[in-house]
Amino acid sequence: MKNSPAFVIGAGAILFAALAFVPFYVDGYGLALAIGIASYTILATAWALFSGPTRYISLATVAFFGVGAYTVAVLGEVLPWPLVMLVAAINGMLLALVVGLSTLRLAGIYFVIFTFGLTELIKQLVTWYEVKITRTVGRYVFLDIDQQTIYWQLLALAAILFLVGYLIGRSRLGFALRIIGGDETVARHVGIDTTHAKVALFVLSALFMTLTGAIMAPRWTYIDPAIAFNPQVSFQAVIMALLGGVQRLWGPVLGVIPMTLLFEYLNANFPNYFILILGIVFMLIVYLLPQGVAGAVSSLRAWSRRDGKSVEEAR
Amino acid sequence: MSTLLQVSGVTKRFGGLTAVREASFVVKAGEILGLLGPNGSGKTTMMNLISGNLRPDAGGIAFENTEIAGRRPHLIARDGVARTFQLVRVVGEMNARENVMAGLAFRKSPLWGSAAEDEADRLLERVGLAGRAQTPAADMTYIDQKRLELARALGLKPRLLLLDEWLAGLNQTELEGGVSLIRSLGEDGVTVIMVEHVMAAIRSLCGRCVVMNAGAIIAEGSTGDVMADPAVVSAYLGDEHA
Repeated sequence: MKNSPAFVIGAGAILFAALAFVPFYVDGYGLALAIGIASYTILATAWALFSGPTRYISLATVAFFGVGAYTVAVLGEVLPWPLVMLVAAINGMLLALVVGLSTLRLAGIYFVIFTFGLTELIKQLVTWYEVKITRTVGRYVFLDIDQQTIYWQLLALAAILFLVGYLIGRSRLGFALRIIGGDETVARHVGIDTTHAKVALFVLSALFMTLTGAIMAPRWTYIDPAIAFNPQVSFQAVIMALLGGVQRLWGPVLGVIPMTLLFEYLNANFPNYFILILGIVFMLIVYLLPQGVAGAVSSLRAWSRRDGKSVEEAR
Repeated sequence: MSTLLQVSGVTKRFGGLTAVREASFVVKAGEILGLLGPNGSGKTTMMNLISGNLRPDAGGIAFENTEIAGRRPHLIARDGVARTFQLVRVVGEMNARENVMAGLAFRKSPLWGSAAEDEADRLLERVGLAGRAQTPAADMTYIDQKRLELARALGLKPRLLLLDEWLAGLNQTELEGGVSLIRSLGEDGVTVIMVEHVMAAIRSLCGRCVVMNAGAIIAEGSTGDVMADPAVVSAYLGDEHA
């Protein structure tokens, strides 16, 4: 009963409906925090959707995020909003398709470096284009979209992401990805088209990252390539997902909330040491919580269950 | 008996080393064929070429009269060629049932959901792992992981099964169980190619054998004839014994 799809989806729907009322109860600062948490929840969860089962560490999160933001910067005042989102989605998915088909044959560290380099390449390409062709470095984003609406859009996107992630987890595609993560040779020899499965998930994950960038763009008013393609976003998404745990759909959000609050605190109080502390936090997570908070919770549960059992046996 | 698999003139090089050299042999439908040879003679490379894990540099491999050489392994698996690995490969963090379901979920007529679970449990029972469905594969002994690998391969409903030293490392009792399990597969109509060093098992299971040495096929024929062949004896024991 507790694990039946109807129950899980119903409970999720109620939770998201309740979260929609947040803007009515918090001030401007609270809403800004909520937007930060919502956007990183999507980025980290979408990242884990692909990287969790396959163990391909992608640092391209901000490449897709930035493509979404730039689509809005270029087309925001030209096309109606839903159409802008659609174009952003197509841009992000096409980029992911090209990247996926050309790189998912790479394994381990080569994939990590490639995705990092890709982000830099796109940033430089956009910079070159803006300087040489449009002869401006930055762009202004004047769109009549208020903070509440941004929050609700993110919330709706997050709800869709969790629904999609839940359904994939129960599907043959999700199962295939877990086998690929476990042993790719086995996956190929049981009939899984591994390239197909990996590219499909990579594109899907990129779609959500791109849309997050598109939704967030109006917050900035001014964007340039350094803002839209800031590699720190990729690193933060990875750290948050790893802290929360990537083996479960709800894992990354457990990392996003404390990290967003921590980054907020650090940025406000120790702006000069921010990167330094970020690095230390990263190392601590990898050493102390290799399975993330979600993994730690699960093993704690298993441990207490075993403990309870042995007490019973002793009786 | 009709021909299930025809290997013709297959060559595979790794840099300067020719691991398999113009190898040709046939596998007849329904037989259990032994693939023998000293260490490093190219047996596992041959298995990898048939299963699509490697692409031959020359030659052809026809399965049920369709050319499969160089096709990607997932397509060959879906066509009905399943395998186990010399160094056992299971997905450690998945339980036994899920490992077998991996073989069921992506074959040509896939099973999923409770149908797959039931079939997985049936296959686990068949290989002697009844009641172990929930055990994580990483927690199993080497022998049980080998059984699990076989159950996963059987999940693909193979017409050709490639066993790479599946009996290696078993004790006498386990060996007897393993031999009768493989024999029962043959009785079910599964064609088997087995790479094996356990001669007693080969004598009792294989009607025919193919022997490789230094990448080339040096003998093919009935098990008794092949084992008496001077070329085979010298390949294994050196010339002075032939």
